[in-house]
Amino acid sequence: MKKTALALLAATCMTCLVSLPAAAFTAYVSNEKGNSISVIDTDTKEVVKTIKTGNRPRGITMSHDGKFIYVCVSDDDTIEVIDAKTHQIVGTLPSGPDPELFVLSPDGKRLYVANEDDNLVTVINLEDNSVVNEIPVGVEPEGMGVSPDGKFVVNTSETTNMAHFIDTDSFEITHNVLVDSRPRFAEFKSDGSEVWVSSEIGGTVSVIDNASREIKHKISFAIQGVVTEAIQPVGVRITRDGKKAFVSLGPSNRVAMINAETYEVEKYILVGQRVWQLAFTPDEKYVISTNGNSNDVTFIEVASGKAVKSVAVGQLPWGVVVSPN
Amino acid sequence: MSAKRSRRLSWLVSLVVCAHLTTAAAAADKVSIGYLHAVEKGRLTISVLDQPPNNLGLAGAEVGINDNNTTGRFMGQEFSLDNVKLSPDENIVPALDKLYGQGVRFFVLDVSADNVLKAADHFKSRDVVIFNAGAKDNRLRNEDCRSNVIHTAPSRAILADGLAQYLIWKKWRNWFLVFGSNPADRSWADSLRRAATRYGAKIVSEKEYVDTGGARQTDSGHAQVQKQMPVFSQDAEDHDVVVVADESEVFGTYLPYRTWLPRPVTGSAGLQAVSWHPAFEGWGAAQIQNRFAKHAGRRMNGIDMQAWTAIRMVGEAATRTKSADPAKIDAYIKDPAFSIAAFKGQKITLRGWNLQLRQPVLLADGRNVVSVSPQAGFLHQFSELDTLGYDKPESSCKLEK
Repeated sequence: MKKTALALLAATCMTCLVSLPAAAFTAYVSNEKGNSISVIDTDTKEVVKTIKTGNRPRGITMSHDGKFIYVCVSDDDTIEVIDAKTHQIVGTLPSGPDPELFVLSPDGKRLYVANEDDNLVTVINLEDNSVVNEIPVGVEPEGMGVSPDGKFVVNTSETTNMAHFIDTDSFEITHNVLVDSRPRFAEFKSDGSEVWVSSEIGGTVSVIDNASREIKHKISFAIQGVVTEAIQPVGVRITRDGKKAFVSLGPSNRVAMINAETYEVEKYILVGQRVWQLAFTPDEKYVISTNGNSNDVTFIEVASGKAVKSVAVGQLPWGVVVSPN
Repeated sequence: MSAKRSRRLSWLVSLVVCAHLTTAAAAADKVSIGYLHAVEKGRLTISVLDQPPNNLGLAGAEVGINDNNTTGRFMGQEFSLDNVKLSPDENIVPALDKLYGQGVRFFVLDVSADNVLKAADHFKSRDVVIFNAGAKDNRLRNEDCRSNVIHTAPSRAILADGLAQYLIWKKWRNWFLVFGSNPADRSWADSLRRAATRYGAKIVSEKEYVDTGGARQTDSGHAQVQKQMPVFSQDAEDHDVVVVADESEVFGTYLPYRTWLPRPVTGSAGLQAVSWHPAFEGWGAAQIQNRFAKHAGRRMNGIDMQAWTAIRMVGEAATRTKSADPAKIDAYIKDPAFSIAAFKGQKITLRGWNLQLRQPVLLADGRNVVSVSPQAGFLHQFSELDTLGYDKPESSCKLEK
C-alpha cells in the first residue's frame, strides 16, 4: 500500500518536474551514515525521493550532461554510477580503496579520484572505465580541483598540508604549495586565475595565484562567541563571475560569504550543525550546504546571503551536487 | 612543450648547483629522532586481550616517520628513527649520550617520570628537544616541569577531568571510589578526587584494594572472583557509579558485572579515559587507523598516538621552517601560534605554561568510543580544552626562560 502511494507520488512528481519552469533543478545529497542519496527539488525545496547506495556515500558529482550521478561509496572501495533518470545503479568505477572526493575533467572524459589510504590520485578514463594512471602524492590526499582548461588538477593532502599541482598530460607534479593544516578542498575560479584551498584545522583559506603557484592571500575567520577551534573551513564554492565565494565552516555551524575580489568576509550565515560541502544551483540563485550533524541541508540565497530554508534529509549528509538541467 | 622542457632543464640545473654548492646543507636536511621506551618483560594483565604489544608506541613512531618522509619527499627532508629499548629501572643517560653522539637531537620518550627528568636535566641548555610520550604524572606538568620537555601524553589530571565531565553530564554525581595500593593507582585516585571536587561530584565511599601479590587470572579463578567482588563492594554508601583506580591491573577489570549494587564501572575498567582508541574512526581517523594497521599488523593505541604526534610535531616544524635545526624547530613548536592536526576534531596546541599538549580525551568502553571530552557546556574563557587538567592559574610549573 505504502509502496504504491510512494510510486504514485514519485510519478506525480516526475510529471510536475517536466512541467515546471527551467529554474527547477534537482539536487542530490549523499548521506554518509544513511547509505542513501536524498533527491531534492530545488524549486519546492522538498525531498522527492531517496536512492539507496552502497556503504558510506561521500563525494558526489554528475556527468556534465546530467545523465549520471557518480558517488564515492567509501566503505565499499568503489564509485557507484547512478542513472539520474531511473535512479538505478548502473555500474561501478575502479576507484581504488576508500575513495572520498573526486573531480570530473571539463571534457567529461576523466575522473580524478583521491585515494586517502594509498597516498595516490587515481585517474579514471570514463569512456572505458579503465585506470589511466596513479600519481603518488602526500599523506591522505583529499581535496580535488581541476583548472577550467583541464590542464591541471590540484590535489590537497591532509597530513602533508600541501596543494599538489598535477599536469594532466604528463601526470607529473609540477608544484607543491604548503598551506595550513588539513587542507580539505580545492576550488578554481572559473577564469583559472586562482585556486582556493581550505584548511580545516588551520582555520584558513589559502588563495593560490595560478600563474605563480604562490599563495597571494590567506583568508581567516572570526565569529563572535564561537571558539576559534570550531571554525573549520571545508567546502568552497565561487560564483562564475568570480565575485562571490562561499566557505562552509564545519562545527561553527556557519557558512562564510566572501567578496572574492577583496577576500573580505561579508557575512556569516547560520545554517545547521557541522556544515560540510556546498553546491550552487546552475542559475546561482542558491547555494546549498550539507549540515552533517543536524541531518539537513540549507538553501542560502546567493544575492542576499540569507538562509531561506533547511530541508531534512538522510543521516549525516556529506556532499551535494545539483543537476545541470 | 618547449616551455615544459626548459622548466625541467632549469630544475635539473638547480639540482646540480645545489649538490655542488653545499654537501653540508644537504646533510642538514636529515632529521634523526631517537625513540626510547621502557619495556617491562612479562608484564601481566588480568585479561590476555590487554597484553601490551611488543611494539607499543614504537609502531606509532614508525608511522609518524613514514608520514614525515612522504611530506619530506617534496621538501628535500629525510627523517629517521633510532629505537632503543630499556628495562623499566635502567638509567636512561648512557643511551641518550650514545644517540647524541650519533647526531640525534630529538628524543621521544616512553619512560618513567624519573627517567624523563634525568633526560631533561642531562640535556639542560643543549640543542635538544625532548618529548614525553608516555609518563602521565601530574608532577611533570607542575612542580617538576622542565622547559625542554614537551608532553604529548595527557596527564592523569587531564584524563580524570575528561571522565568526570562525562559522568556529570550523565548526572552520575555520587561516586564510589575504589583504588589499588600501588603508587600509580594512588596517583590516579588523587586525580579522580581532584576531578570530583572540580566538577561537583561527591565521593560517597572510598575503599582500597590491597595488592597482596599472587597470580592474576587463573584457570578457575573466576569462581572465587565472582564471590569476592560483590563482598568487597558491599559496604559502600549508595552511589551512581563505581570509579576504579587500578593502573597496576590487579583487580579493576574484575569489577564490572560483579559489584554488590548493579552500577556502571569507570576509571581503570569499563568506561575509560584515553588519548586514543583502536576503534576510533571519527574526524578522518579511519585513515590513520588503516595506515597504522597496514604497518603494524594491529590497531592503534594511546601510546602509539602520543608517539606519532610527537614525531609529527617535529615533521610539521621541519616542513614549516624548512630546516632541521633543533633550535629553529623548538622555537617553532613553542610559538603560541603552533598547531597540529591529530585526528581529534580540532587543532591541537601547546600550553605555554607547562608545555602540555592540549587535547580532547576519548571515553571508550573497550569496544567503542562512547564520548569525547570536553563535554558541551563546560566553558572556558580561552580554550575549552583548558577545562581538562591543570589550567594556567592552577599550575605550579615555572618554566626557565
